[in-house]
Amino acid sequence: MKKLTTPLTKEKVRELHAGDTVLLSGTIYTARDAAHKRIVELLDKGEPLPLDLKDAVIYYVGPTPAPPGRVIGSAGPTTSGRMDAYAPRLIAEGETGMIGKGLRTDAVVQAMQEHTAVYFAATGGAGALLSSRILEAEVIAWEDLGTEALRRLKVQDLPLTVVIDCAGHDLYKEAPLQYKKG
Amino acid sequence: MRNIQAEQITEVVKRLCIKANIDLNPPVEEAIRKARETEASPVGREILDQLLENAALAREQNLPICQDTGLAVVFVEIGQDVHVEGSLEEAIHEGVRQGYTEGYLRKSVVRDPIDRVNTKDNTPAIIHYEIVPGDQLKITVAPKGIGSENMSRIYMLKPAQGIEGIEQAVLETVALAGPNACPPMVIGVGVGGNFEKCAYLAKKALLREVGQYSEKPFWAEEEKTLLEKANGTGIGPQGFGGTTTALWLAIETYPTHIGGMPVAVNINCHVARHESEVL
Ligand code: SF4
Repeated sequence: MKKLTTPLTKEKVRELHAGDTVLLSGTIYTARDAAHKRIVELLDKGEPLPLDLKDAVIYYVGPTPAPPGRVIGSAGPTTSGRMDAYAPRLIAEGETGMIGKGLRTDAVVQAMQEHTAVYFAATGGAGALLSSRILEAEVIAWEDLGTEALRRLKVQDLPLTVVIDCAGHDLYKEAPLQYKKG
Repeated sequence: MRNIQAEQITEVVKRLCIKANIDLNPPVEEAIRKARETEASPVGREILDQLLENAALAREQNLPICQDTGLAVVFVEIGQDVHVEGSLEEAIHEGVRQGYTEGYLRKSVVRDPIDRVNTKDNTPAIIHYEIVPGDQLKITVAPKGIGSENMSRIYMLKPAQGIEGIEQAVLETVALAGPNACPPMVIGVGVGGNFEKCAYLAKKALLREVGQYSEKPFWAEEEKTLLEKANGTGIGPQGFGGTTTALWLAIETYPTHIGGMPVAVNINCHVARHESEVL
């Protein structure tokens, strides 16, 4: 398994290939549909963002509330397709990594190829395991969104799989063919 | 007549919400363990290992197995000789409210599909009642995540499409669900009845324990066939390719109209939560 740290520069992105498994450490952000919508609205208005998108990694997750003594609750990925309407815009603004689960549209893949970004999957349904790799969590904007608020996370060895790389290779499309019967 | 207090029902629903979300159903865990032995893809085996590690961690640290702790779907079988003191319906919602709050579960319900304001306590639950003989009350709580629910489908097939039509419908749904439903999946199929009945049957099929085939021999055979075909799609754990696309597939059927053959496919993920208690 490759070790990877943030900030996720384009040089690092170019070395990642669909099918690679990586352990990611460093600072990442959480956002789901509602937070993405607000980010794009701010960009449209030319107003400052609560996060710096350059070389940033965004994790599509809506965690469960943190029980006493923990920094965050269960925290596995949500379905990425719901962010597809916004992702190309964020990628154009410097986002280099997305973490989620499930299929992406061609528009997202094109933006990834054009601007050098990567799409990782975290294991859907492994929320407790993924939570154990999150060392710090802080809401940095939009507390009103509850679980959908924008958070900054510090992660250590978050287990991820590269699904779509910056050359446009897609593990979801390519890998099942090897195991398909009949 | 046997009296049951509404407060007792609230207690049970609360307990079941928490247990279902934290404690992975043992037959499901067993199925993952078995799949781990036969999975052909190394990445697939790695994912199945993660799911087992996740289940152990969730139990040990009292954390939800998955962060999508779902809509609370509650099935109530009420013996016809039971009298509930107080409001049964309110008692159930209150149990969900307490369970999701005290259990640190995620509140994922919005009050209106368009204004989307969160109700902040995961109510209302979705409740299905059934009147049965006797003086007992059985409550099943089956929290259902939306990732897999969104990939579920209904088909209004023609009778001439026969069993092949049913197989096509199921396999098409599985293929379209792909990685979005967090495979390995558990698949509930409802065949017969009408539009809403087949959807209900598909949901009921998800309540059957993993490993338990239909009591109807023809349909038990079909469950085996379809599970094998679903695993032949190559989708594999998380859609990364492999031989474990589904852990289980259950079919529930009901008589239907001479002119129709409704089929519903309710996709569930490996978390496949359901817990019951009898009062
Ligand atoms: S589909 Fe299941 S495992 Fe995946 S996020 Fe939803 S509840 Fe969790």
